[in-house]
Amino acid sequence: MEQSIYRSHILVCGGTGCVSSGCKQAQDALKEELAKHDLTSEIKIVETGCHGFCEKGPIMIMYPEGVFYCELTPEDMPELVEEHILKGRTVERLLYTEPNTKKNIPSYEEIDFYKKQQRLVLANCGHMDPESIEEYIANGGYEAIGKALTEMTPQEVIEEVKEAGLRGRGGGGFPTGLKWQFAAAAESDKKYVICNADEGDPGAFMDRSLLEGDPHRIIEGMMIGAYATGADEGYVYVRAEYPLAIERLQKALDDAREYGLLGENIFGTDFNFDLHIKAGAGAFVCGEETALMNSIEGKRGMPRPRPPFPAEKGLWGKPSNINNVESYANVPNIIRDGAKAYKAIGTEGSKGTKVFALTGKINNTGLAEVPMGITMKEIIYDIGGGISDGNKFKAVQIGGPSGGCLPEELLDLPVDYDSLTEVGAMMGSGGLVVMDDSTCMVDVARFFLNFTQSESCGKCTPCREGTKRMLEILNRITSGEGKDGDIEMLERLAENIKSTSLCGLGQTAPNPVLSTLKYFRHEYEAHIYDETCPAGACQDMLKGYVIDEDACIGCTACARVCPVDAIEGSVKEPHTIDLDKCISCGACVSKCKFDAISQA
Amino acid sequence: MKSLEELRKLREKAQKDIQARKTSNKAKVIIGMGTCGIAAGAREILKAVMAEINKRNLDVIVTQTGCIGMCEKEPLLDVQMPGKERITYGNLTKDDVSKIVVEHIVNGKVVEDLAVAKLED
Repeated sequence: MEQSIYRSHILVCGGTGCVSSGCKQAQDALKEELAKHDLTSEIKIVETGCHGFCEKGPIMIMYPEGVFYCELTPEDMPELVEEHILKGRTVERLLYTEPNTKKNIPSYEEIDFYKKQQRLVLANCGHMDPESIEEYIANGGYEAIGKALTEMTPQEVIEEVKEAGLRGRGGGGFPTGLKWQFAAAAESDKKYVICNADEGDPGAFMDRSLLEGDPHRIIEGMMIGAYATGADEGYVYVRAEYPLAIERLQKALDDAREYGLLGENIFGTDFNFDLHIKAGAGAFVCGEETALMNSIEGKRGMPRPRPPFPAEKGLWGKPSNINNVESYANVPNIIRDGAKAYKAIGTEGSKGTKVFALTGKINNTGLAEVPMGITMKEIIYDIGGGISDGNKFKAVQIGGPSGGCLPEELLDLPVDYDSLTEVGAMMGSGGLVVMDDSTCMVDVARFFLNFTQSESCGKCTPCREGTKRMLEILNRITSGEGKDGDIEMLERLAENIKSTSLCGLGQTAPNPVLSTLKYFRHEYEAHIYDETCPAGACQDMLKGYVIDEDACIGCTACARVCPVDAIEGSVKEPHTIDLDKCISCGACVSKCKFDAISQA
Repeated sequence: MKSLEELRKLREKAQKDIQARKTSNKAKVIIGMGTCGIAAGAREILKAVMAEINKRNLDVIVTQTGCIGMCEKEPLLDVQMPGKERITYGNLTKDDVSKIVVEHIVNGKVVEDLAVAKLED
């Protein structure tokens, strides 16, 4: 029997974010409900990759109408099927409500979160079944590699990528075409291409979402890279903490092999290529290319000095080309639509789009793809929906542990590789952590240094010992025992570690400390000289809370939430806090509606 | 995969399966499926529409709506061609469906004897 078309497709987000908010349960309930109404043959359920709007999961988009429903529960399904599918009425209460206007928005294209985005790399994510090679092909997939193999020479492919101005999306921003040129120039009987999917930055998840949502795009990008550089074998190095990404990539590889898109004589040419997955144990240092190759070879993930660069002597001593997931994901578009179309987007030195992972104290947590050169303000306020709980913006941390914190004065900064480096941050993989005024910047620096310190492989002394000394100083400062000279010592250590470490991990580890010292030095000084934490975040420095008698109306809300019974007082009378008992947890402050409680 | 042509053929075939997700500039069939419509046999009409579209390999959006107030003329079916008026057909039987699909959707001619209303959309 010929397979019939469906009158409606329901796209259910199956990204890791939505899985954790319960999309599986919602999907099961939906299936059950459709079966109950005998609609299974008319309505198709498609599980997609991440839509990017993780804050509002589970998410479903109903086609042909294109109505976007969010924050769904299994209990919503009977109503959704009855109203939307049977009667053709939109269920208002399940629509997205814009935080600023309080309006319900039925079509996702109209939601502010999506309106300012330009989804090229993420075009398929959330809009197709990542486990279906047919859907990828329907959306123009494998057209680029077909074109490259049958109409272009390897050198023409490299020229096109150079012309497009693509720079490495993993962080450093090295020109991809130039990297390919080096690998192509190396002479060898065997070459490799490697995809770095060891995404270890706290707060970053774009590589995972791409692998989960559009695995064939990565495969196609790597195939083009292999053809251009003369490789016939490739590895995707992905951390084992990403089981769904590995599963979907494996399915994609199997299907591609079945269709003859991987293997021998692809597209009837003499190009042969196959691809393997290497699951890594998940160490931050393995994102560094020489450490990553050691790990693929089965050795400890430790970097080695460069040169020789991987393009000359890489995996198993053979010339190798390493790019990040997002870099490869950009390649099919460049080849299919041409460099000219690609470089029309972006700024002078940074072309195309960049995917950012928005997290922290922001209304719309999620994944957003924007043209290079957009301002930080647009990302945070227009796409991110502003600061959550009506709090005040304090800083944005960009680039993960290797990046830096930027203050409010820099929000009008157009975001690209060079502008970020100029102000002491970096693109990194594109993690954006938004912080409000309850965040202590010294504590943030301590958090990131603690991360890099424990992820240091230990091979070189500056990184192993230097970051440990820096961390000790930061620990002292945040516990109220900072002393005169600490700031200067931090600066000296930072400069030394940056200039003498073996690999990128150590060379960038001091960045969070340096950028917070640059823009929030007064907070360090307040900790050391005034013995206070201005944000009220460093527990050891707080002396407890006091209640303003004039402002307190005796509502008893604070006393009820105090976990140590430190608050006393009768109803409608001002309350008091026993400072000996108070543990400075701040539970009372967040409950008080009259701003009557402050730090002692 | 032996050639670019093979890929393109495969793509055409695969695109048919996801056509329900592309909405702009396409013919639209809207079926009245309020309680009254369902009671009058709108489900059968919908199935007939789907079968006809499938058979003829057409790229058409099929969607539904609630009761539009002409209950005695149920089952009702609206056809809207891109940029044209929305035409309502009423008192339908399964056999009328193929006529409407062929004449209106394929040939662009309103089936006057079955039409009951014109709606400005």
